[in-house]
Order: sequence, then structure tokens, then C-alpha cells
Amino acid sequence: MNTIYLRRRIINVFNLTVALLTTLLALFFLAWLLWTLIKNGAPHINWSLFTQSTPPPGDSNGGLANAIVGSLMMTAVGVLLGSPLGVLAGTYLSEFGRESRLASVVRFVNDILLSAPSILIGVFVYAIIVVNVGHFSGWAGGIALTLIMIPVVVRTTEDMLSLVPDQMREAAAALGAPYWKVILTIVYRSASKGIMTGILLGLARISGETAPLLFTALNNQFMSLNMNDSIANLPVVIFQFAMSPYDDWQHLAWAGSLLITVTILLLNIIARLGLGGGSSKGY
Amino acid sequence: MEQSVTAGQNNVSAGKSQPGILGDRIFRGITQVSALFIVLVVFGIVGMLLYDAWPAIHKFGFGFLTSKEWNPVAEQFGAVSAIFGTLVTSAIAMVIGVPVSFGVALFITELAPAWLKRPIGTAIELLAAIPSIIYGLWGLFVFAPWFADNVEPWLTDNLGNWPIIGPLFNGPPMGIGILTAGIILSVMIIPFMAAVMRDVFDSVPAVLKESAHGLGSTTWEVVWKVVLPYTRVGVVGGVMLGLGRALGETMAVTFVIGNSHDISASLLMPGNTISSTLANEFTEATGQVYMSSLIYLGLVLFAITFVVLALAKLLLLKLNAKEGKKS
Amino acid sequence: MTINSSAVNELAKNNVREIDRSGDAPTHHQGVGRTTSAKNERGTTEKQAKIEVKDLNFYYGKFHALKNVNIKIPASEVTAFIGPSGCGKSTLLRTMNRIYELYPEQRSEGQILLDGDNILDRRQDLNLLRAKVGMVFQKPTPFPMSVYDNVAFGVKLYERLSRSEMDDRVEWSLRKAALWDEVKDKLHQGGTRLSGGQQQRLCIARGIAVKPEVLLLDEPASALDPISTLKIEELIHELKGDYTIVIVTHNMQQASRVSDYTAFMYLGELIEFDETTTIFTNPANKQTEDYITGRYG
Repeated sequence: MNTIYLRRRIINVFNLTVALLTTLLALFFLAWLLWTLIKNGAPHINWSLFTQSTPPPGDSNGGLANAIVGSLMMTAVGVLLGSPLGVLAGTYLSEFGRESRLASVVRFVNDILLSAPSILIGVFVYAIIVVNVGHFSGWAGGIALTLIMIPVVVRTTEDMLSLVPDQMREAAAALGAPYWKVILTIVYRSASKGIMTGILLGLARISGETAPLLFTALNNQFMSLNMNDSIANLPVVIFQFAMSPYDDWQHLAWAGSLLITVTILLLNIIARLGLGGGSSKGY
Repeated sequence: MEQSVTAGQNNVSAGKSQPGILGDRIFRGITQVSALFIVLVVFGIVGMLLYDAWPAIHKFGFGFLTSKEWNPVAEQFGAVSAIFGTLVTSAIAMVIGVPVSFGVALFITELAPAWLKRPIGTAIELLAAIPSIIYGLWGLFVFAPWFADNVEPWLTDNLGNWPIIGPLFNGPPMGIGILTAGIILSVMIIPFMAAVMRDVFDSVPAVLKESAHGLGSTTWEVVWKVVLPYTRVGVVGGVMLGLGRALGETMAVTFVIGNSHDISASLLMPGNTISSTLANEFTEATGQVYMSSLIYLGLVLFAITFVVLALAKLLLLKLNAKEGKKS
Repeated sequence: MTINSSAVNELAKNNVREIDRSGDAPTHHQGVGRTTSAKNERGTTEKQAKIEVKDLNFYYGKFHALKNVNIKIPASEVTAFIGPSGCGKSTLLRTMNRIYELYPEQRSEGQILLDGDNILDRRQDLNLLRAKVGMVFQKPTPFPMSVYDNVAFGVKLYERLSRSEMDDRVEWSLRKAALWDEVKDKLHQGGTRLSGGQQQRLCIARGIAVKPEVLLLDEPASALDPISTLKIEELIHELKGDYTIVIVTHNMQQASRVSDYTAFMYLGELIEFDETTTIFTNPANKQTEDYITGRYG
């Protein structure tokens, strides 16, 4: 075996070993994180978590019911406003704008929104809604989540629509269908799974967002269904309770964290399974 | 039925009056308005940041960017510590995160046995979806204490006396600080960057790799000389997106950085970032100058992330153009 | 000769001129050219033209894809466009229902008369035009819906039929497309679950369900196996009495089997157009002959 080859082999083995070790390191840290989450969260998952509202300090009987409800309501606003807007804007990019200048501007701006720090979205919504209305509100929180949802949906919608072969559009147009009907009945239908996946991923993204809610929905110690007032939500409760010195609150923070994580992982798994089914069907 | 073949024409011309044109216009209009709404929001964000930051911009000017002072009582504000913390934590996150993500992606695409590829790949993707507040929580309660007990003393003892880098590692082992925040950030962005890199590595045509292997290249050489050059556009894009996340991240950092407005040479000392300052002080800010200074900070953060995104896009454009010329 | 007189005739003349110019052309070619043109004269007077293309030019952005094409497509016959890939045969087909309008960078100049009306006129309603001129593509394009809904899709766009009328129409179309027996038990299954050949016949059924006058077939069998191809070819035979059919194919045997008239195109120009038997046995043009005998790549 000549020396050049020997050297190459040594470099190869060394670098691949390093790759293996870094993978193990990364997996170790992530496993550690998940283990902590389960260890600290699972013991405090119980029925009262879903029936009781957040307790005052020192009361060990509380739950997260108000935060769960608030989170659900604001997330619903985000999805209900964000998905149609995102799908329509994505449709513009893929079906009408395509290579036009306006479309590339929108694409770039959408990327800015996608990568803008979410806390700035919170600051923005605070400035335009909270300041003008005069108080924190569930609506403001929902709108902040909407603005985070939109660019995710725009991206995936455009990607998924552009996977629909042009021949499909031609085939529908060749039957005399006007273009809007081609899109609504054929293109959307062909890409439906992909679009749903995008919406689910957007939903997963916003259900864990904390920073934009700090300045918009804030928090509410009590159960409230009033979207015009500050409203409890899981991420902010986790933040405040985790930073608190009370054991009971910290337990609730861990339980809430586990709850959010499991929800988000489930959403992701569902989205991925959906996507798998979509791609195997071809069109 | 057969006779009605020609009737089709009648049906058509006598049918509903031209179903297309108006509908097309309306639908196109609706989608265009939605697209323009995004532009409006982003311009709105920039406009709002400028407008609300104006009192502070007026008062401090660009001096804001070079002043260390952060004194709400005296209404004197400067952004240096927050900018410093933002850049340093992100730099730490990239120094650790980029090579590790590369290693993970390399392992998944080239080394892992087939039965392991999917599970690890899926696990990485799922971890990328975990909200950042969970990373912050873990950092505060688990990682920081462990780091303070086991790693920081070692760092001080072994690296603290080195020339040049020594001062970086001198300090009390508190667990809370810039270094911890950077490490938590890296743990947070590794799954994300690794997932992107794995996707782009997977996009390399098998033929290309096979032909390199066919010449007797080692696996490492295939990756370093074929896969990486072929995918560098995607790799750079993924790294830039990871950097963007690290720069703007709030929750993973706020828990563990210590929230101090002082700048210290040591990475073990507490600090702050722009987003952690906003998270901590925004709802409590009193007085126009204080509030407006915080929004000025937000404007700076927006500018930093914008520059990173724009640079990434430019770089990708350039790389793409080069590729185009070559082929 | 006015611009309205036989385009085919003019073309034949062009051919003759070209051969004259080339100089080294064998004399019998000229003779054939003349006889062809005479025959064409007869052909076009007998056969009424369904589509008449006049001085058509087509551009993909800056690329000049069709150059001064003139052709008369006879009614209720099968006309085939042949030529090497990139010659513009598909492009020509795609102007006849203006499907290219989906792409803003593509444009055409000239006239295409469908029953005497210029369909390239800006006032022409595209959707109505396409309902009159159906199209089937190279790859089967079943919509992501049931077999039944695939066929009913186009019908619903222009006609309001009762449930039973629609049932009849779907059955009629599927029978016409020789698919009924194979799918009558799975009308409500997804169209994408049929085999490739069945999918293509489904697309033909979908195309004829709206009762167009013209059917454009863009290499309809090139993605299919030989047996499915045979079925499609038989189907074309069946349909030609009722529809004017234009088919693009790169398969010369297919053109000779299914078509009554054949146009040979090369580099964006229409080189020769004549009855299929003439084109394949006695082409007037040297280029056509070279292509027919396999001297092109």
C-alpha cells in the first residue's frame, strides 16, 4: 500500500469518525432535552391540568385550562386568517405572477417576513393594535400569529402548486375551463395534500410561538373567552411560571412544555404522513 | 346521441355568457391583493419601527449604536451591549452548529445504514420543530447548572491562562451567560441546519457520487470534493437561514443569558441580546424615550437579519449565475 | 394567386421552386411535385377546410419557432404533423386552441381560420374556442377525481344536465373512447388509478364529452405500450367521421397508419403537405424523402 493512499485512508477514517461523533453528540443533547422534558413534565400531567385555571402562587391545585383555551382560540385565529391569505398569495406567485417583477418582489418580501424575528412581529402588532385599542387582547395575539403563519403557507403553497405539472393546467384549459376554474378545481385538488401539509406546519410553528404573544395577548390568570381582553396562553404562562420561584408554577411550566411539544410533534408527524401519501400518488 | 355531436357547438355558443374573463380577473385580483398584503405588512413593519423609533433616533442618532450606556432612569440608551450579545451568541452558535450539522447531515446521507437513515432523519426534522421556549427552559433548569458545575471550571482552569483567548474563559462559573446562550442556540439550530443540509446532500445525483467512487475516491473525498461543491448553494442557504434564526431568537436566549447590560470580555459573564432586552423590558418600559429606544433596538435587529437574508440571497444568485455560466 | 387560394398549392409551388434552386434535384422529383400539386388542387376542392392557417409565425420569447406556416386542415379527416423533434409540429398544434396563451412569453402572428373565423383575433373567447377544439396530451392527464367526474368536468362547464342526462353523456363518451367496458364498474374510483393506456383513453373520452368539432392529439400514444397504442389508433379511426382530427406524432408508421393527410415540418417551416399515401410513397420534396427514409437523426 503506497503512502499517498494510506494518508487518504487515514484522513477518510478520521473525518468519518468525527462525523459519527458529532451526530452522536447532537443526538445526545437532543435526547437529553427530551428526557428532561418527559421527566419533569409527565408527573404533572393530570386531569386537573385541563380543568383548572392557573393558580395563584402556593396553590398546588391549579391547571392550565385557561391557557390551553386561550392558545387554542388565538391559534384558530392565526390559522383561519393566515391559511386563506397565504394560500391565495402563494397562488398568485405560482399561477399569475410567476416570473414577473411583482412576483419576485413579493417572494423576497415574503422571505423577509419568514425570517424576521418573531418578537418584532409582536412589537409591530403591539404598535398598531394594542397601542391604538389601549389594551392587550386575544385578537392582537391572534393577528400576530397570523402574520407568522402567512409566509410559511405562502412558501409551501407556491412550492406545492409549482409541482403540479403544467400539462394538468393545459388539459383543464383545453376543455374550455376558465383559468380560475382550472386553479380551483384542478390545481388545488392536485396539490391539496401539499397545501394541507403547509398549513399544518404553519400551525405547528405558531402553536409554540412565545415572543410575539408577550406584547399582544400578554396573559390572564383567569379563564377568559373574551378575545377583546388579554388572554392566557400556554407559551407565555410557561415563560412566566418557569421564571418564577414557586415550585408549583415551575411544575406547571414543565407540564405545559410537554403538552406543547407533544402537540407540535404530532402535528408534524401528521403533516409528514400526509405529504408521503401525496407524493406517492404522482399528481 | 350520435346526432347530437354537432349540437355541442350550439350548447357552447348559447351557453352561459363567457364564464371566463370576468371570473379570471376577479380571482387574479383576489390573489394579487393577498400577495400585496404581504408587501404591505413588511413595509408596515419597517415604517412602524422607523416611526416609533424616531424619538430615539432623533435624540441619540447613530451614537446609539456605539454607546454602552443603558440607563432608564437618566434616559440614556445605547445599543452596544445588546448588539454585541446578539452577534457573539450567534457566532458561538454558528461555530458549534455549522460543523456539527454538517457532520450529522454527512452521517445520515453517506454513513448511516439504510435502516437508520429514515429514523434519524425524521428525528432531526421533528426536533427542528420543537419551539424555542422548550430549549430555553431546558437551558435554564438543566443545562446551565450542569455546565456551571462541570464545564465552566474546567474551561477557566485550562483555557483561562492562554494568551489572547484566555480572558474569554475567565469568570465565575454561574452557568448563566453569553457562552451558555450561544450553546443553547446551537443546540436549537443544529436540527434545522442538519435537516436542510441533508435535503441538499440527498439531491446530489447518485451517478455523480458513483463516478467519483468509481475513480477510487474515499467516502470523505466524495463528500468534500463532489457533494459539497455540488450543493454549496443549498448549504450556504441553510447556514444563512440558521444564522437568521439564531440572531432573532428570543426565548431560547432570554432564559439563560443573564440579562445584563454590561459588556464583559469573558464569555462566562452574563450579557443580553436585542431580542432578550425587548422581551424583558418592552412591557415595562415607561416614558417615550425608553420605549422608543427599545424599538430602535428592534429596528437594528431587523436591519441585521435583513442584511443576513439579503447577503444569503445575493450569494445564492451569484453562485447560481456561476453555475449557469459553467454548464 | 391571391392569398386566399389554395395554400397547399402554393406550398407545392414553393417546393418546386426549392428543388429548382437546389439544382441537383433529380428531374422526376419535379414531375412528382407537379402531379402532387394537381392532386392537391383536387383534394382541397373536394374537401372543405375546417382550419385554415395563414402566414402563421410563432415565438417563444425571442425564439422564432414557426415561420410563415400556411396549411388547410380538411374537415372530418385525420391530419398528421410529422417531423424531427423541435421542428414546430407541437407548436403548430398548440396554436389551434391557443393553449400557449397560458404562457405570457409565447405569442403568435398571422391568422388561423376555424370555419372562416379568425381564432387568433384578440376578441376570440379562449374558453369557448377550447370547448370547440379539444386536446389530448402526450402524457395522460387524468384529473385527481373519479373517472366519472373526469368525464363530466368539461361538460359541466358549459351545459346544465340532469343526473341521468349526465350519466348518458359519460357513458356515451366512454363508449366512444372504447373504455366503457373496462371502467363501467369503477366509475367512481380515482382516474389516476387506471393504467396508462386507460388513462389516455379517459382523457380522450373527457375531450369528446364536451362535443368539440376538432380534436388535437399531441403525441397521444408516445408514452404508451404497443397494445394501448393500437387501441388509441383504432379509436382515432372510429372518431374521424365525427371530428376533424389533427395528430402530432414522431412515429412515421403511426402517421401512415392513422392519417389521411400528412404535413412534414422541419425547423419551424412546413415543408410539404399532401395526402398521406403520397407523402409516404412519393414525396415531392427531397427533405421529406430524406426524413421518410430515415436519413434525419
